[in-house]
Order: sequence, then structure tokens, then C-alpha cells
Amino acid sequence: MNAKTKEAKCNCHGNVDEEVEGLRKVVLVGSPNVGKSVIFGNLTGKYVTVSNYPGTTVEVTRGRAVIGHAEFGVIDTPGMYSFLPITEEERVARRVLMGENPDVIVHVADAKNIERMLHLTLQLLEAGLPVILDLNLMDEAGGLGMKIDLDVLRKALKIPVVATIATEKKGMDLLKETISGYEKHVSRVPLRYDGLIESAIKGIEEGLEGSYGISKRAVALLLLQDDPEIKGMIREREKDGGVAVYKIAEEAGRGFSQPLNYVITLARQAFITKLVEGAATIEISRRTDLKERLSQLMMHPLTGIPFLLLSIYALYEFVGVFGAQVSVDFLERRVFGEYINPFVTGVVTSIIPWKVVQDLFVNEYGIITLGVRYAVAIILPVVATFFIAFSIIEDTGYLPRLAMLLDRIFKKIGLNGRAVIPVVLGFGCDTMATMVTRTLETRRERVIATLLLSLAIPCSAQVGVILALLSGNVKALAIFIIVMTSVFLFVGFLSARLMPGERPLFYMEVPPLRWPKLSNVFTKTYTRVEWYFKEVFPLFILASVLIWAGKLTGLFDIIVNVLSYPVKWIGLPEEAATAFLYGFFRRDFGAAGLYDLKNAGILDGIPLVVSIITLALFMPCIAQLSITIKERGVKMAVGMAAFIFPFAFFVGFVVNLILNGLGVTL
Amino acid sequence: MRLSNKAEEILEYLWIMIREMGEERVSLKELKTDRDAPEIQELMSLNYIDVSPDSATLREEGMGEAESAVRRHRLAERLMVDVFDLDRGLMEENACLFEHLLRREVEESICTLLGHPGVCPHNRPIPAGRCCRDSVKTARNIVSSLADVKRGVKGRVAYLHTRDNKKLQKLMTMGILPGVTIEVMQTFPSYVFRLGHTQIAVDKEMATDIFMMPGR
Repeated sequence: MNAKTKEAKCNCHGNVDEEVEGLRKVVLVGSPNVGKSVIFGNLTGKYVTVSNYPGTTVEVTRGRAVIGHAEFGVIDTPGMYSFLPITEEERVARRVLMGENPDVIVHVADAKNIERMLHLTLQLLEAGLPVILDLNLMDEAGGLGMKIDLDVLRKALKIPVVATIATEKKGMDLLKETISGYEKHVSRVPLRYDGLIESAIKGIEEGLEGSYGISKRAVALLLLQDDPEIKGMIREREKDGGVAVYKIAEEAGRGFSQPLNYVITLARQAFITKLVEGAATIEISRRTDLKERLSQLMMHPLTGIPFLLLSIYALYEFVGVFGAQVSVDFLERRVFGEYINPFVTGVVTSIIPWKVVQDLFVNEYGIITLGVRYAVAIILPVVATFFIAFSIIEDTGYLPRLAMLLDRIFKKIGLNGRAVIPVVLGFGCDTMATMVTRTLETRRERVIATLLLSLAIPCSAQVGVILALLSGNVKALAIFIIVMTSVFLFVGFLSARLMPGERPLFYMEVPPLRWPKLSNVFTKTYTRVEWYFKEVFPLFILASVLIWAGKLTGLFDIIVNVLSYPVKWIGLPEEAATAFLYGFFRRDFGAAGLYDLKNAGILDGIPLVVSIITLALFMPCIAQLSITIKERGVKMAVGMAAFIFPFAFFVGFVVNLILNGLGVTL
Repeated sequence: MRLSNKAEEILEYLWIMIREMGEERVSLKELKTDRDAPEIQELMSLNYIDVSPDSATLREEGMGEAESAVRRHRLAERLMVDVFDLDRGLMEENACLFEHLLRREVEESICTLLGHPGVCPHNRPIPAGRCCRDSVKTARNIVSSLADVKRGVKGRVAYLHTRDNKKLQKLMTMGILPGVTIEVMQTFPSYVFRLGHTQIAVDKEMATDIFMMPGR
């Protein structure tokens, strides 16, 4: 895969992809959450999303950088723990290494966990790849009283080794120097395996004729470890379909009673333990500091759950009250209501005499009075406050802790704790979250997570508008939350029953809590809001134009008329049909439509709650649909849509029935 | 009555070949013995085995004794590796000597001490004894599954045991390997432990497969 053939993509990860063909290539690899994206940013001057949880980067990002006197193409990859991949992003990262013929590979490693990190270094060296080892997070290692003798590592591994603190840009000069002065060479690791394995490796090396982009020794090792992707490549690239080498691997496997993967890893471990003993010293200074205490408080169920509720309350105060009420009110009533709308309307009506053309810009459905007003006055403040809050949560490292806390509940709906991350991110933006489902291991988990995101997780814009709509009505808000949670759990539970597959396992690294960096919070929020706005703005204007054209041709009235039937079935006034029509474009657009209806006094009480619930269950937006198609395929995406829209009305119908039946007054 | 060491080894070998490898009979040549050898005579007189001119098989009567011999051998191996920390070569040698010394009572306490291990260091299953079936965990285990360990316990990982290769790979990529020190920080709702300078969270299914030696 080269840069030219890469697919169109969602750019919520920061819109930075650049053409790097023809340049010398630097590839950044390493375990998740060690700082690859920060280093990418430091080298290229481009921002890609940086957070404190494993799996922030789910796709390959390319950028240009001048290092020394030459221009390089820098490639940032998703985190990989091992050269033997388990998840999809690890496979993506390995494909870059095998397929792009990199000139330099910078293995970014967490210095404080050097012992675990060196496994990948060894695997890269075995693959004959040109590696520079970068021990990052040196500040955290130093805080633990750790000292690492880089020379010992340099001598033992025969590769350049540098130390950095990427977030403070420390050591970056040396890293750049090392990259620009790097001459491609192959370093042989002095690591030998058990005699039986070595002879199998030799046999396989001799039997391989195809080219794989990595050393034959590495291909042999991967084959011995039963890597399905390598097996497939061998089948394609060898004349005999790999029969001869498969046989060698099988025979070697029979010589051991444990899986070869285990035997090989233990051999590496023994080598590394010895190497690290000679290179790193540590004076134990385990003090339970504030962060550690906070971390334990977040993870213990007795304190963790109250902490979660408290955080949600704080989020509500910031986004729901400050963003969705105070800010929206100001922009909507004051800025648009008192200044922009009357002014623009005045100008347009005085220049353009025709009512039809006037309607395109102003009045009920005009570009300015509807499209721009929705985007700027209602959605923007909500999204901005939400993304600020989210960036802070992401950077502290709270999400993996929440994942651990909720794992048991998520198991019931066919997912595991890992899926907490995409689901929570869905409250920010479902499109972004749908991409993050890549970090889930099985197809079953990815499908269930995508369905739940599409159905039951309202995104920030929508949550904000909903909070504004239900402000001051605690009962209605409670009903909304209860219904949405029930739908989430019920549909999850059901799809877990209906979709066969292996039971998900939960295992996850819990990164240390870190204080969020103000600059990163700001940059990340800015990038996301900018992206969101670019995504939403044209669509809102397009919607205004389409509605205008639809009104002109009468099509709009026909659709609204058709929609008014299901709308009436679920107990809503006919006027709500227009809001639902907006809802097909974007859920948040529809919610903004409800906002207008409420302000006009048409919608209140039970119908308001029912319409909010129904709309919240709609598919999120066109961008999310297109990502779903890309990630899960057209069939799956269409299937989900075919389920979601009728189901949304069905839930609305049931809720209306129950609330009226119980005689609830709101 | 006590079987001779030689006879015990024949029983063990027969049991492995028949129960685990699916053979029906094993040739005497493979057993490195012949019809007139005292150990064969001994086993025949007990009605434990059936011997045709050049091969032998286990009889129902001998099955229990044979299984128990295999169990003792594999337990002895576990003991050598987990507690005495011997490497593989020494383990084989000593386990072979040790197994014959294990009597039933001792066998059970050792099994309990080791936390009723499911497999030998070669990853072959250890037949369950009465103690495992009763699962009385009265004695303090030397090796226990992470799933049974209390909060605050610190120790070295002794081995990983799982039949699921994928699961093994997952444990290994997280750096959970024999010899590394872990400290259990939390056991509910998931298991959280410190490994090196990170913390790792796993569910019960994963924790069950990690065996550790507390306090070492």
C-alpha cells in the first residue's frame, strides 16, 4: 500500500496526511501509549491526536519532516506489542514494516518498562530491519530512580540507542541527528534458540524463495509461531505453496510439548533479563504519591463508582449547563435572535424582491437563519465544551481505569472492558468512535460495538442539545437516561445471544495517571472542533438548500406528510415530522429542530421526551454511516440502518404507551 | 504392596501411550524389556497388564495404579521446577528418582502445596487426585493461580497454563512471563496487578491461567 492508494478517511485524528513517496522513510513503531504520536508531532510539526490510553492512533499517518539537511517522510503507526500481531491495528503496523521498505525504523519504547519493550526490539532486529531504539518517557523512569546505561544496550544490540522525553522535546535533537546520520545496515542479534528450533529455522530459510520484506529468519520464526498472516503469504509466494516449509514447522512443533510461541518467547525473555541486569539500575523509591492514590480510588469499585458519578455530574455542569444552556442561550437568543437574523433578513429582503429567493437565505428554513444558526449557535458551543472536557479525560488516563471497572457489565453484552473506550468516545463523536472499534479483537465485538454506537450512544452535539431541552426537568432527564441505558443493555444482550463467537477476554495495560497538558488539551480540542465544524457546516447549509428546493417542488411536504404518520403513532404533534426529517441527515440536526419546536411551545411533556428518545436512537450522521460502511462493509451498514430506524420508532411507541398508561406527568 | 521402580515406569509408559497417544498395544522392545523380565512378571502376577508374545497392554485392573504413577511423576516435575527452581535437565533426572519415593499421603500434600496444578512443566495434563477432586484448600499453597490470590500479595510468576494458544499469546505480549514479579493490587471487579513499572488489568479468565509463587 502506498500513499496514493490510501482510502479516503475520516480526519478526526488530525488532518495531516501528506504525500511521502520518493522520500527517505522513517517509520515510528512501538507498544501502544509510549509517545509515538508526540514524536511524530515533534518531527513533522503536524499535530495528530495524543491521549493517555492505548489505542489512540488506529491508522497510519504520514507527514514530511526536514531532519538534518534532508527531507524525510515520517510514518506514524498504531501501537504494536509484538511482531506477532493479535489485533487489527498491530497487523496494520506490521504491514507498514513489511511492505514499505523503510530506511530507518525508530522503535519508541517506554524506558521504565524496558524489559518488556526489548522483546519488540529483538523481533525487529531478527527481521533484519534498520532499527534505532528510542527510550522515551525518561522522566517517568527517572522519577522511579531508574538509571539506564545506553552504551551497554548499544554494544549488545549493535544499534543506535537514544533517550528522550518527547512531551518536553528533550533528546529530540539527538534523535534527529541519529536519524539523519543513520546508515542502513543489518545488525545480527546474538540470540540463539534451542538447537531444534535453530535447525528448523535453517531448514525453513533454505526452503523459502519468495520475498517478504523482512529477513527469512523472521519469516521462519513467525511460521514456527503459527502466524496465520505469514502462513497465507507463504502459501501465495512459494512455488510449492509452502508445503515443504510447513512440514518443517510442524515437525519442530511436535518436538516440544509447549507451543513454540511460548518456547521462543521464553528464550527472548532470558536474553533480555540478562541484558537489562547489566544496563539498568533502580533504587526502589515506591512512594504512594497523590496520583497513585487517585488511581486506586478510581479503580476500587466502592470509590470508583461514586467517582464516576461525580465526574458525570461535573461533565453535566460544564457541558449541559455552561455549554448547552448559558452559551447556547447567549448565541441563539442574543447574537442571532437580536442581531444577525434581523440584520440579514433586512438586507436580503431589501436587495432581493422575490420571496422564493429570500426563503433560500432567510425565514424559517433559510441558509443563514436555519443552517448557520444551528451550526454556530446551537451545535458549536456544545461541541466545544464537550471536546474540552473529553480531551482532559483522555489525557489523564481515566479511560483504561473505567474499562477495568465496567468489564463485567460489558461481558454481558458480548463485549469486554476494552470496548468501554470506543463507547465513551462515542459520546464525543460516533464517527471517531466507530473507527476506534478497530482496537477490539474479534469481528463479533466490532460488530456489536458498532451497532451500539449507531443506535444508543448520542454524540456530544446531540447530548448537549438534549440537555438544553430537558434542563430543569429532572424527571424527564431521568426517563431519557433510563430508556437509553435499557436499550443499550437490551440490544447488546440480545446481539450477544444472537451472534455466536468466542467469549471475549479482557486484558489491558493501565497507564499511569498523568496531569493533562494544557497545550495538548487546547490543540486537540481545536483540531476536533475544526474538523467537526468542517464536517457539519457544509452539510447544514446543504440541508437548508435541499429543504428549500424540496419546499419549492412540493417534495418536502410529501416527505413530511409521510413521516407524520409514524410521528403521530408515537404520540407526537405533526410538526415534529420536520425535525425527524433533519434527523436523517444528522441526529444533532434533528435535535436542534426539536429545540425550535420546544421554544415555539409546540412540544412539551411526554411528547418531548418521546421525540428526544426516538431521535437519539436514529443513526448518528452521514459521516458515521460512511465509516461504518468502510469498517464493516455495505451489507452490515445497510442491515444496521434497516434495523435502527424502525426500532427507534418502536421504542418511541412503547415509551409513549407506558408513560401515558402510568399517567406520568412531566 | 509396593511396586518396583521398574514396574512403575512400565505402567507409566503404557498409560501415556494408551491413554494419551491412543495406541492399543506397546511393543516390549519399545518398553525396553522382555517377557521374562522380573518387572513384567510382577505386573502380570498382579493382573495389571496383558502380554502377547511381543507387545503389552494395560488391563482395567492396572489402570488406576498406572494413572497414579503418571500423576506422581508429573507432580514431581512441577515440584522440581516451581519450588526447587531446577532447570529442565536437572528436573528430568531428579523427578524420575523422586516420583518413586512419593507415597500417597505425601503426594496429596505436595499436590495441595503446589495448588493442584493441572499440567506438568511440559504442559501435559496431570491426572487429578482425590485431593484435587475434593479441592480442599486447607494447606497453604506454594503456587497458586492469580485468581485465588488475595490483594496485596507479591510474587513471581511460576508458569502460565492454558490450552488456548491465543490466550497464551495475549498473556505473553503483555509481558506476563515466568520469572517476572507481580504484585496484586485489586481482585474485584477485575484483577489489577503491578508488573515492572506498569499496571495491568485482566479478567478472571485470564487470571486463572497465571500461576504465581506468593512471597518469592
